[in-house]
Amino acid sequence: MFGWEFPPHITGGLGTACFGMTKGLLKHGVEVLFVVPKAYGDESQEAVRLINASDVTVKMQEPAFMEYWNKITFMEIGSNLIPYLDPEEFEKAVEEDLRTTEEKVNPVFAERFSFSGKYGHDLMAEVSRYALVGAALAAEQHFDVIHAHDWLTYPAGVAAKRVSGKPLVVHMHATEFDRSGENINKNVYDIERNGMEEADRVITVSNLTRNIVIERYGIAPDKVFTVHNAVEPVEKGELADCEKHVKEKVVTFLGRITFQKGPEYFIEAAKKVLDRDPNVRFVMAGTGDLMEKMIRRAARLKIASKFHFTGFLKGENVDRMFAMSDVYVMPSVSEPFGISPLEAMRSNVPVVISKQSGVAEVLKHVLKVDFWDIDAMADAIYSLLHYNALTTMFRKLGTEEVNSLKWETAAGLIADVYEQVYQK
Amino acid sequence: MRSICLYFQVHQPFRLRTYRFFDIGADHYYYDDYQNKHIVRRIAEKCYLPANEILLSLFREYGNDFRVAFSITGTSLEQFKKYTPEVIESFRKLAKTGNVEFLAETYSHSLAAFNNETEFRRQVEQHARTIGKLFGVKPVTFRNTELIYSNDIADMVYKLGYHTMLTEGARQVLGWKSPNFLYNSRNHPGLNLLLRNYQLSDDIAFRFSQKTWSEWPLTTEKYLNWLNAIDKDQKVVNIFLDYETFGEHQKAESGIFSFLKALPGTVLKSGKWNFHTPSQISELLDPVASLDVPYTISWADEERDVTAWLGNDLQDEAFETLYSVSDIMAECDDEGLLRDWNYLQGSDHFYYMCTKWFSDGAVHQYFNPYSTPYEAFINYMNVVSDFLIRVREYEEARSAGGHTVAKQKPDVARPLKEKTGKKEATSVTAVPERTAKTKPDKLTDKKAVTRRKAAR
Repeated sequence: MFGWEFPPHITGGLGTACFGMTKGLLKHGVEVLFVVPKAYGDESQEAVRLINASDVTVKMQEPAFMEYWNKITFMEIGSNLIPYLDPEEFEKAVEEDLRTTEEKVNPVFAERFSFSGKYGHDLMAEVSRYALVGAALAAEQHFDVIHAHDWLTYPAGVAAKRVSGKPLVVHMHATEFDRSGENINKNVYDIERNGMEEADRVITVSNLTRNIVIERYGIAPDKVFTVHNAVEPVEKGELADCEKHVKEKVVTFLGRITFQKGPEYFIEAAKKVLDRDPNVRFVMAGTGDLMEKMIRRAARLKIASKFHFTGFLKGENVDRMFAMSDVYVMPSVSEPFGISPLEAMRSNVPVVISKQSGVAEVLKHVLKVDFWDIDAMADAIYSLLHYNALTTMFRKLGTEEVNSLKWETAAGLIADVYEQVYQK
Repeated sequence: MRSICLYFQVHQPFRLRTYRFFDIGADHYYYDDYQNKHIVRRIAEKCYLPANEILLSLFREYGNDFRVAFSITGTSLEQFKKYTPEVIESFRKLAKTGNVEFLAETYSHSLAAFNNETEFRRQVEQHARTIGKLFGVKPVTFRNTELIYSNDIADMVYKLGYHTMLTEGARQVLGWKSPNFLYNSRNHPGLNLLLRNYQLSDDIAFRFSQKTWSEWPLTTEKYLNWLNAIDKDQKVVNIFLDYETFGEHQKAESGIFSFLKALPGTVLKSGKWNFHTPSQISELLDPVASLDVPYTISWADEERDVTAWLGNDLQDEAFETLYSVSDIMAECDDEGLLRDWNYLQGSDHFYYMCTKWFSDGAVHQYFNPYSTPYEAFINYMNVVSDFLIRVREYEEARSAGGHTVAKQKPDVARPLKEKTGKKEATSVTAVPERTAKTKPDKLTDKKAVTRRKAAR
């Protein structure tokens, strides 16, 4: 299995999903060799054997690699194309770029390569190099199926398939259209499409994503299967009761503040709610390229005293944020799946989600609105704050529902997909 | 000769418009006129008008040998008046034949029986007045919303002077007993009960067009065979249906209208069966046993209980919130408030909040304008929040004595009243009684009006 990250070193939902998935697969008798660009040594290896791509020696002289290498084009990219990048990294990347441009030799061709493991600078170089590692590993490891997560690892998956002849399953957690709207990065799109074309099966995290894969990438529908994500159950007591220090009810947005997540709709809905009921506080947790714009918008609407920005939260602070929240809102414009509402529900927080999210396909006990329908969104928030029966119902039925979305079940479906292509 | 009792339910709720929380306090109109008009017109065209036409021709053909009963809710009648007056006319034609019995029920197809006897009585009386005015008859048989019944409800119905009532032949009540007899209430032997034969009723209502059903297609001959197969001692078969079965739930293409046209002929030709209305059956037969129904039953879903309307947190909160003002509304004489009070009590609003749709989904979804029970609840609560504000304002104004009689407008039943000078006189005598209660004069006047209205 080729991934890009693994807990606890995660920047997005992908690592968490991979972790849950591999644990689930183990219960179905599937052993996983998990390859990450950069291992830190403290990753959980309870369900996988982790392989650090930075430790893999690639002998460039070997003809198989050269042959593969000749087929893929090295793609130089500007840092503005980098997905999933937080501002600090962005700045660092740009600085570094300026410093190193002149003396850059092509590091991809070194015997060893130090992956940053981040969604950062020189991403394409890393992706390409990772593909070589994939080929090298395919030659020396024993396995039956190759499973690659998201476009970053597709070249590696394809290379491994070429070298080993084993079937390839690629997993679409997000498409380029989800990340960038209509202004897609053509290189990324090509890697995605090529990966899916080469693959024997494509797994998508929702029917929403499945439709995009079929319609916008032209992939044959009969090889595309939806397996909805799940969440890991929480140990009792793990959710610490947090003291809320404000008396008002708290409504939370948590995620990257980017176009894809629809933060502006959250602000507009907040304004409508605050106009009627000033005893509410809104929190926008996270960071992203639209953050400054959002701060300006909140100020302009004169709700800044009730609308708070926390910056990037992770780990315990995320749990604390949920514990303080009375309503969680995920107004995503396009969300292939969206795991955060499940985490909120697991913390007993009722949620409002956009209909344009994959998770809306599996959840019943939530309020679903169109991301653009700020009236409906405001109405949903207001109702959760004022009509107690809703919260009571959601706490009761929502928790049950989220607990039934187990990785073990989802992994069973993935194992079925493996079974279809497994060569005995 | 044995009896077949055909009864058709006609009901249309006032569906609510999308009402956001920021409308609360700002906009007091709650109804989706476009949708209501559209739906009522569609169903009138597909069901009410053609089905009435068929019944009329059947009455002409078979005379007094063919009879049916109708229960038409007040909210349906109001919508017919507004959007399809021809439907009222066509029911009037049926009424004139004398072969139709009109049943009594709550005006707005409400669940008032669960909460409030005063309100229940007010609604039943308002409905009876409306039926009297439109069709010139006084209902003598009662049927409660969705055939909901229990010992407690029997008490209220009996006290209102009814001696015949319809309910479901629910298995949990009947056990081994057959629904094909006349029963009576355990608490009130004077209240006869007709029980719906759900097997034979649902064969028409639900299964008629199901091609996967082993008995499809259903013919009147086959149906007659089933009737004839019933033990000879069992004297009455109660076929109770939503009237929308004809042409709406079962589409015209399914042959449902031909079935309706042919049924009386097939049945009467056999010489073994007659058609009778509920009150006739109540006269003709003697009750064979008393039914004890401590737990409420209805004609809905597999469970035949009331969980489609009440019982989950959403439904209970909505219900309690609305009825929190029932005391004020009992004294209210503001026509606008009374109208909304009626419409908002419609059981349909609570039905939309049902979370059972996971199992009984198909039926529930069909009747539901909302995509989830949560949306239904939110919208309803927003509306009720506004309604409560208005009721409280009204109450404050009334306590302050600022609410004047001048605001009152005649209600629907008024013209009928004014013809009966005798009752007007009663209301005049009411004034001194009220004055004795040492309340401000204006209030007294207003109360007098209330009283006069109540006397109707």
